Amino acid sequence: MIVSVGILGTKLGMTQIFDEEGRSIPVTVVQAGPCTVTQIKTAETDGYNSIQIGYKEVAQKALNKPELGHLAKSEASPLRHLREYRLKSTVDFQLGQQIGVDIFEPDQLVDVTGTSIGRGFAGYQKRHNFKRGPMSHGSKNHRQPGSTGAGTTPGRVYPGKRMAGRLGGSRVTIRKLRVVKIDSERNLLLIGGAIPGKPGSLINVSPANLVGRSK
Amino acid sequence: MNVQEIIRSVEADHIKSDLPTLYVGDTIKVGVRIREGGKERVQPYEGTIIAMRNGGINETITVRRIFQGVGVERVFLLHSPRVDSITVLRRGKVRRAKLYYLRDRIGKATRVKQRFDRPLK
Repeated sequence: MIVSVGILGTKLGMTQIFDEEGRSIPVTVVQAGPCTVTQIKTAETDGYNSIQIGYKEVAQKALNKPELGHLAKSEASPLRHLREYRLKSTVDFQLGQQIGVDIFEPDQLVDVTGTSIGRGFAGYQKRHNFKRGPMSHGSKNHRQPGSTGAGTTPGRVYPGKRMAGRLGGSRVTIRKLRVVKIDSERNLLLIGGAIPGKPGSLINVSPANLVGRSK
Repeated sequence: MNVQEIIRSVEADHIKSDLPTLYVGDTIKVGVRIREGGKERVQPYEGTIIAMRNGGINETITVRRIFQGVGVERVFLLHSPRVDSITVLRRGKVRRAKLYYLRDRIGKATRVKQRFDRPLK
């Protein structure tokens, strides 16, 4: 369970910058926040502690009445995306509080969650990294699946057999990426490496969920 | 500010503005910053540009020279801080964007004809 607050943002695209030693670092530019605290859940009222934050201001007419009513409780402007972060304690947060990129610091490790690029109905090679058959010498077995299992016994294909199908467009978390630079004036985060989704997609950046034995 | 402008402005801190105009076929001297045992110094590397790749901050040139009878090609990331300086020694007259044919040549045949209508700066 992640027990710290993260931030929502938009992926803008990738570029590279140079560090002090002249190495080029590939970075993804993310415009993150500012997010508004829209609801505070506590153990007394909801059975657990968490805060809900909203991101991306939209026009009043873009939301329906229940959504606007929910946001009115925190006097927040109409917001498109809401997300909850479970916390140990919510005493540091008030309704309507703004959360910006300054909750992170340079060199911090973060987990980035987004929706991966949808690739539609993809074949065996693209979806499961199967090898292809020979393209020439009379071969007609170019991108076929090969054998899907034994014959009369068991007489069926086992569940979980890797086959062609929908690829991408699913929730993906890339863990332990490094925050390279923070621009709190323009709400920008530069995150080292690639993150899921196309530019313009919704991204959730949270402090890295480190598991296992720590040094 | 649109997305492209934001990304350009992120790159702007790292893009060099004092690079000379370079063309394929030019003979240039590149000052390469290298670190040896905690000490930093600039090592010159001289050769002919045989290929250029544009890409904003990711712009590179491939510089070829014959060193001790062996062809050496180095790819320089132009905006990298490791590239200290670039000076144009000679402008070349070529009819290709990529001079990969020089790889198959040795000796006198690797010369590139000089052109005088372009200033060195």
